[in-house]
Amino acid sequence: MTDILASGSHLDAARLSGDATRAKIRARYRSEVRFKAYGVVAILVTGLFLSVLMISIFANGLPAFWQHSLNLELSVAAEDVDPTGKRDPAELRSGDYFAVARKALEAQFPGVEGRTELKKLSQLLSTGAGDELRRRVVSDPSLVGQTLQATLLLDDNADLYLKGAGTRIASRAGHGIVTPSAASGEVRILSTSNDFAREITAVKATLTDRATTLRVEAGRLERANVPETKQKGQQAREEAAALQARIDGIAGIEQLDDRMPSLLIAINGGLVKAESVGPAEIIGTTLLPLTSTGDAKSGDWRIVSYITPESNRKATDIEVAFLERLKANGKIEGGFNWLFLTGGDSREPELAGIRGALIGSLLTLLVTLILCLPIGVMAAVYLEEFAPRNKLTDIIEVNINNLAAVPSIVFGLLGLAVFLNSLNLPRSAPLVGGLVLALLVLPTIIIAARAAMKAVPPSIKEAALGVGASHQQAVFHHVLPLAMPGIMTGTIIGMAHALGETAPLLMIGMVAFIVDVPQGLTDSATVLPVQIYLWSDLPEPAFQAKTAGAIVVLLLFLFLMNGLAIWLRKRFERRW
Amino acid sequence: MDTAAATVPSNRRPASNSAKVIARKVNVHYGDKQAIKNVSVDIPDRGVMAFIGPSGCGKSTFLRCINRMNDTIASARVTGRIEIDGQDIYDPELDVVQLRARVGMVFQKPNPFPKSIYENVAYGPRIHGLSGSKAELDRIVMDSLSKAGLLNEVNDRLNDTATGLSGGQQQRLCIARAIAVSPDVILMDEPCSALDPIATARIEELIDELRSNFCIIIVTHSFAQAARVSQRTAFFHLGELVEEGPTPQIFSTPRDKRTQDYITGRFG
Repeated sequence: MTDILASGSHLDAARLSGDATRAKIRARYRSEVRFKAYGVVAILVTGLFLSVLMISIFANGLPAFWQHSLNLELSVAAEDVDPTGKRDPAELRSGDYFAVARKALEAQFPGVEGRTELKKLSQLLSTGAGDELRRRVVSDPSLVGQTLQATLLLDDNADLYLKGAGTRIASRAGHGIVTPSAASGEVRILSTSNDFAREITAVKATLTDRATTLRVEAGRLERANVPETKQKGQQAREEAAALQARIDGIAGIEQLDDRMPSLLIAINGGLVKAESVGPAEIIGTTLLPLTSTGDAKSGDWRIVSYITPESNRKATDIEVAFLERLKANGKIEGGFNWLFLTGGDSREPELAGIRGALIGSLLTLLVTLILCLPIGVMAAVYLEEFAPRNKLTDIIEVNINNLAAVPSIVFGLLGLAVFLNSLNLPRSAPLVGGLVLALLVLPTIIIAARAAMKAVPPSIKEAALGVGASHQQAVFHHVLPLAMPGIMTGTIIGMAHALGETAPLLMIGMVAFIVDVPQGLTDSATVLPVQIYLWSDLPEPAFQAKTAGAIVVLLLFLFLMNGLAIWLRKRFERRW
Repeated sequence: MDTAAATVPSNRRPASNSAKVIARKVNVHYGDKQAIKNVSVDIPDRGVMAFIGPSGCGKSTFLRCINRMNDTIASARVTGRIEIDGQDIYDPELDVVQLRARVGMVFQKPNPFPKSIYENVAYGPRIHGLSGSKAELDRIVMDSLSKAGLLNEVNDRLNDTATGLSGGQQQRLCIARAIAVSPDVILMDEPCSALDPIATARIEELIDELRSNFCIIIVTHSFAQAARVSQRTAFFHLGELVEEGPTPQIFSTPRDKRTQDYITGRFG
């Protein structure tokens, strides 16, 4: 017995420890490790791309969910909102609430009187700044003549500035004692010390850069053979020489322009924008009026720079000055942008909302679902269980598979030709959109449903037939319920596909600019992906955030649908 | 035909006086392939009939002819005549659902519905409208479960899912499901091939208990099982019915060389 065991183990040892065997085993281990590594790398790369995508979309999109507004105390003047004094709701509704808002804002800047300045000031407000006020007053007419705290929507550019798209602001206290020459308009400010030497140096550095660029440019142009170009080169060289002269000259008064950082002096409660600067003086205009022309002691005045040159940013110096003042006074508040979720589309970015497109998408998907699910499932049941196997059903089967691969724009053309032109259904309506998407999704659902029914073990059907169930009973009592999770998953994937579909809907006019939130299936509407497409086309920078925000909403919608799919799967899944 | 009938030694037991199922010259083709060749057999009213033979000999195919389960296979074609209680079951006028209600079937692999134990048994009576009330349905379910010897094991968890039962319990549940519609004939297609010896013994015991009330036809490739449970045995080989007779006789003194070879383990 022991002999047998010993010889057996000896044999095994030889087989296990032979060099060839060991090499083979090592090779197998290596290939397994390699294979696992490929898998892990593939997953990591996918995860990386996905997270980059998600992070970029959310980073771009989240600002769209945040909106700044002014919170001002204002009095609702009867002359603006209710000139007839009858407190008639219709009358109240047509009141000029923007004027109320504008006046409240102007009251914040007592000394600002120039037409241009006032215009700039009122442009900080959204054109819809009075809308909320209107709602409040119409619902409570007793507010007319009262003073109340109101939230006024800011314009998209102001909002963008406050979200950080403006400029970095540097400021330092001045050393000398300064004397302004006037309280508003053209102002000359003299300092007792060389407060602005640093600015002069910066200006000269900028000029040196510019001169260098010009010389390089001139060199390039002069090498050309065309006389006109040579001419331009000469000009550039002259300009460079002129700049060089300024740089080399003694530190006198230097002109500032809008390609340099803006230099401002905050003094006596006002703000002066420097147009030219000397070592101990500046000449400029007031952006915010000074309260007095008295001397300001060392430390009582500040030298402020808006680092980004005015020509490189959307908000001009005066707008920055207004907004910074409002911010410093605590009049600006940020909040969740409910309007983005509750409003319809608008040409004004701060008023544009996603609700119209969201409801449009919901209505469209509703039509699609109501059409697709019963038709698709019934077609699948018939084809899978009852249809005779012959040439005709083969052709139908092949064509269903082909249909799933047809480019979606073709369905749009079909919808245009059949639903709009022949059947005269309303243009841009969720009804037609749903019909078109139903065509698109139907093959997907049929294929998914057939696959799900095929996956039900035939033994279940046999069991039902065995106890004397008819074919139809076996299918509807057993096969179909067991296939339901798969069918629902397929349906929801199809719906998610339909939700993201743009091209066919363009063909049937769902690409129109529609402000109203659709109320029914035949109202004009647009859908989320089309809304994204529309916004991505608009020039206003604020719409970039809106576009990303709309994508976030679309993605959340999709996650929700997929979550539902998973939940339904878990809920109805039965093991066998 | 008559000669075939005459070769069947009748009335081994007084209870099985008349033949319940009579098959005459049954041929089954799957496409071009002939699976059953000219099979004629009489199956007595009470007791267990075993079909034995090597794999692929056509015994399951023939079994599935008796409740027309072959109808579900598009390429299958059945000719010949099968009667149950004198009624031709391939008569175009006959409703196949009615037939299957009279001829229950238990499959090779336990295939309970993925529903509760109660629902599994109640399904048949419900679709055939066998019970007028909930109480009556309860009675049928309890009765069937107890006949299948399963009631004591599942009494307290009738609403649990049937797929949670062990393999042997599932197969007994399938038997309970089959007898719940009170069929005359129960077809069993290798009911123990997926079960362990203990569960197999339990099922065989059950078959023995049921044989006084039903005509049971069991397909098995294990002649030992056939010897244990059946009173009559039919030996199939390559689609032909080689030999049919009382079980002890088939096993002790087979008339055909092929039968002898099979039961002595020379092939199959």
